[in-house]
Amino acid sequence: MKQKKISRRQLLGKMAALGLVLSQDPLGKVIQQGVPLPQNTDDPTKKLGVFPGKLGTRSSAEQLEKLPTFTSSRSPLQNFYGTITPSDLHFERHHGGVPVILPEKYELLIHGMVERPMKFTLTDLKRFPSVTRICFLECSGNFRSGKEEMTPQEICGLTSQSEWTGVMLSTLFREVGVKPKASWFLAEGSDAAVMTRSIPLEKGLDDAMIVYAQNGEAVRPEQGYPARLLLPGWEGNTSVKWLRRIEVADAPFMTREETSKYTETVKDGKVRQFSVVMDARSIITFPTYPVTVEKGWIEIRGIAWSGRGKITKVEVSVDAGRSWYPARLQEPVLDKAHTAFRFLWEWNGKETVIMSRAFDETGYRQPFYEELVAARESKGGYHFNPVTAWALKGDGRVFLDNNDFSGISWEK
Amino acid sequence: MSHRTFSLMIAACLFLYNACGERDRKGDLRFSAPTMKEISEDATYSKEDSSRANWPERFGFGKKASTADIIALDIDIGPDGKGLPEGTGRVKNGMLIYRQKCIACHGATGKEGPYDVLVSKGESDKKAIGNYWPYATTLFDYIRRAMPFDAPGSLNDQEVYHLTAYLLYENGIIDSMSVINARNLSKVEMPARSRFVLDDRKGGPEVR
Ligand code: HEC
Repeated sequence: MKQKKISRRQLLGKMAALGLVLSQDPLGKVIQQGVPLPQNTDDPTKKLGVFPGKLGTRSSAEQLEKLPTFTSSRSPLQNFYGTITPSDLHFERHHGGVPVILPEKYELLIHGMVERPMKFTLTDLKRFPSVTRICFLECSGNFRSGKEEMTPQEICGLTSQSEWTGVMLSTLFREVGVKPKASWFLAEGSDAAVMTRSIPLEKGLDDAMIVYAQNGEAVRPEQGYPARLLLPGWEGNTSVKWLRRIEVADAPFMTREETSKYTETVKDGKVRQFSVVMDARSIITFPTYPVTVEKGWIEIRGIAWSGRGKITKVEVSVDAGRSWYPARLQEPVLDKAHTAFRFLWEWNGKETVIMSRAFDETGYRQPFYEELVAARESKGGYHFNPVTAWALKGDGRVFLDNNDFSGISWEK
Repeated sequence: MSHRTFSLMIAACLFLYNACGERDRKGDLRFSAPTMKEISEDATYSKEDSSRANWPERFGFGKKASTADIIALDIDIGPDGKGLPEGTGRVKNGMLIYRQKCIACHGATGKEGPYDVLVSKGESDKKAIGNYWPYATTLFDYIRRAMPFDAPGSLNDQEVYHLTAYLLYENGIIDSMSVINARNLSKVEMPARSRFVLDDRKGGPEVR
């Protein structure tokens, strides 16, 4: 007897429509049998799964979401493992919404104090020698507190990390020929805010990039599609998205975002300007509100990062800051990158406070809230990176600890 | 020694220098201009890729930008007034435009919101133009590029001048009869100017 071949498509269609299954009779002949569709079974071995598709999906059991407001949207740090932020969960901060830019219409103009004013299409940018690097991007207004029921996402979810690919800005500056007297450049976006920032040329010639790819695919619209500036380690606002123009100059332009905003009041009524490098910071992401933990072994986990280079050390305290122990850092530790840290701890079930503090290669130690308040005569604002402490209750619930560490020896 | 060999040597030196964990630049802000040598030597670009010494002088990708290309996009205004268009700003005209196009989001007197407070007079007021903005030119630049929030880029230069004059007046910086223009806007003295200092932190143990 001739066996009839059934294509996969036919098979799928029939199965879906009729609830048919295929089976073989004792002679090996494929036969179809109508059977009731397996209802309500939670045994995955008793049910044919979904066939390959065009796009991957996230398990419906994983409820990962950003937390949007009118001005920003925060990454769910407490739900992450490792250090790469899934692109659709990258934080957002923009000043005029996400623009729609057609890649074939995209152009980057470089002019001002250059030998050859040029414009580059997206295709042009992609032809230049390319570079890939991993680094974090953080909004400098990334500190919230005020109640106990706060997640890492709510406290400092305006930081994310990606692998970026693009062309070094120094490569483009070489191509247009920057004039010797130049010392700054303006970066301008093509969003509704026509976002502008002045950047010292030195950063442009150091590790600045024009990136068109993020985590292996084109940069997402929310992150600057089709191309953005990327200034590793610097406050997110300076990495101008949807970049349309660079003007090379010999002085800063004093745009609104570097005067009225993204500046902070410090001692003696002064306002600190061009404070663009992100200071070292860490946050425990597990265990944190809203989880409940059990007595016994707990791996305390978190991330640490610094805009001035590599994280050299993260210390964890499980006794409200009286003693500190080094956490394990996940290798490789990268320059200006979220670095995962872990600290294995056997919890005896007694109420306590846990916290972490980061150190970077300049010798900087992440400060306590009181230290920042005293140093700046200010209770918040941009570039506020205090130690975050978590109160562990006797029943295993975890809450953001109020930031009162008076009595702790800071220098320990 | 050929230029090429020289570049390669510099590249090699930089490589060794970096490899020893010693970094010349830590992303810190230095406000001095890089030297011509830094810009023109291939070695400058050889930080992590010594093969750059083999790069052609130019790749030749991209197109020359014409003057028209530049004029179409070059809208920025410098603190010295560079880039300001012709026009005059009058307080009274500005008030009328403000009532029509800005009041809904910034309030009757610029203090009521719901969005950014635009008027402040003393140190104790909320941060705004009068007590926090160091340059008057920024006002023209920002209003023209981004306001009204829901109709960006819809104001003409003349309207922007009037609004700039009106907001400077409301903040107690110019009087009601002042007329501002491309020549005098950069000379307007902003009360907050002397408060601004450059960040000079470079990491290290001190908390500031
Ligand atoms: C639909 C609401 C809306 C309207 C209408 C509007 N604005 Fe705004 N304005 C905003 C918002 C929102 C911001 C803050 C934007 C940001 O931070 O990115 C803002 C910010 C500003 C600022 C900067 C404030 C600061 O201290 O940094 C100025 C100046 C300003 N607006 C002027 C104007 C003027 C002049 C008009 C009228 C032509 C106007 N706005 C109309 C919503 C509006």
